[in-house]
Amino acid sequence: MSSRRSSSRQSGVSRITDDQITDLVSKLQQLIPELRGRRSDKVSASKVLQETCNYIRSLHREVDDLSDRVSQLLASMDTDSDQAAIIRSLLMQ
Amino acid sequence: MSPMNNPQDLNPSSLKSRFTTRFLRALTKINGQKPISSSSPREMFQRYRRIKVAADKSMAWSVRSRRTWSRAMLWKLRSRYSCRQASSSRRSSVRTSTIIKSRQAKTSHEKENKNTTTGQDEVGFVVQADKLRKLVPGGEAMDLCNLLGETAHYIKCLTTQVQVMRKIAHFYSL
Repeated sequence: MSSRRSSSRQSGVSRITDDQITDLVSKLQQLIPELRGRRSDKVSASKVLQETCNYIRSLHREVDDLSDRVSQLLASMDTDSDQAAIIRSLLMQ
Repeated sequence: MSPMNNPQDLNPSSLKSRFTTRFLRALTKINGQKPISSSSPREMFQRYRRIKVAADKSMAWSVRSRRTWSRAMLWKLRSRYSCRQASSSRRSSVRTSTIIKSRQAKTSHEKENKNTTTGQDEVGFVVQADKLRKLVPGGEAMDLCNLLGETAHYIKCLTTQVQVMRKIAHFYSL
């Protein structure tokens, strides 16, 4: 990654610097469970983005699955009275 | 950027609590709309769709217009509500051609600007960035810096959404 820092040509228009990109990419890396522990100079930026895409896709799938489960459970929900209890238990944990 | 600590969750105006309240409210509404006992597969599917939309909508509303991705998602949900499938398929085909054009422009632009790294990684980076643009709402219109920042926030919100939905499902399966 160090080779990226060496030159960012400044033309008349202000450009996004390599440092900014590197910084943002390493921040992203910390969010992804797969890559969290690794050193940021060992993981290439494109790998971080690739894992980000995979992670987002898996999160989308999980939301889909959970929506499906919730829709099946909806019948047993007496939502009004339980709402306060749910909110409390959800937020306490 | 702090992770989801407990003190933050107890904050009544935290993202988690805002999403939870809205989503539960939406579920109540969906529950009241149709008698569940008569469930054809089609109705089941519709209910699943409604819940999924409610989850996305609740999340986007909890973030409001503070983020580009949430604005894009709210816009998409609103326009989806008013005009149906035909226009969206038209929109997506238009978008594909503009993506290809912008990708070509971007590749040459990025390559000439950062010629210190191997061409291989640069191309891989741009290709992955384009894939990311499709996954993040509103991503296609963002420049690279914004895209990376918005992605980070979007992931944070998605994990909150999943966390809350998991707990709700668990609660009601008891």
